[in-house]
Amino acid sequence: MRITCPHCGERDHREFYYKGHALALERPSPDAGEAAWDDYVHQRENPAGVTRDLWYHEGGCGAWVVVSRNTLTHEVLGTQAASEARA
Amino acid sequence: MGNLVAKSPCKGLLPLSVGAMSASEVETGAMTMLSPRKGQDGALDEAMRAVHGLGYPAPSGVESAGEARAIWFGHSSVLLVGAEPGQRLEEHGVLVDQSDAWAVVRLDGPGAEDVLARLVPVDVRLCAFPVGSTARSKIGHMSGSVTRVGEASFWLMVFRSMAETLVHDLKSAMEAVAARG
Ligand SMILES: [Zn+2]
Repeated sequence: MRITCPHCGERDHREFYYKGHALALERPSPDAGEAAWDDYVHQRENPAGVTRDLWYHEGGCGAWVVVSRNTLTHEVLGTQAASEARA
Repeated sequence: MGNLVAKSPCKGLLPLSVGAMSASEVETGAMTMLSPRKGQDGALDEAMRAVHGLGYPAPSGVESAGEARAIWFGHSSVLLVGAEPGQRLEEHGVLVDQSDAWAVVRLDGPGAEDVLARLVPVDVRLCAFPVGSTARSKIGHMSGSVTRVGEASFWLMVFRSMAETLVHDLKSAMEAVAARG
């Protein structure tokens, strides 16, 4: 699998550290309530298909990257710097 | 107190020649990591141009002026090498002195690309990685920086504590390439 870092270009996936679903970008506000926080902390989707993950370009530029990929085909559909995805 | 003598990271390890290739230590002088303060990318670039005559490099790029080089060093970071940073830079960037933190090795000669092909998972052929290109990547199992400084010359940088491993891995790769003739 190859991942295109927004800074470094296409790189081998072994240069990256896998964090998990990109939900850290949608952190609820402190007063969002128990249900929202319970969902954020505990509930995970496990999609057979397109998912959005956070990867860290550890063996490269040190950027967090949002990767859209298909868990069925391993196709990487797109990448974006996490700093921009949040903005 | 005794008279302390500075010891370079690759002291006693380099220089080294294998076939027509050589590896030697580069003593770069000052090394400073620059990171723009929030929203100050343009202002830091301007200050660098005014003080050092070189701009903030684009990703994977290097800017140089005389002995000074600004090497792109990752997300929001540039390594200013071979020049003491001007005070004006501090207004727009965060500066960290890393002068003794990195081992810098220069690899020269025909076959240098083949040596790196064994160590670095990035295409460093001249067509894909021309003079003035730089990459943060792996060198062996170490995180490092690779910069092309000439058609057959590279700078390889790893943390100072890994100098011996770098020279070991480099020597093995150089010998393997030379053995193929
Ligand atoms: Zn990167």
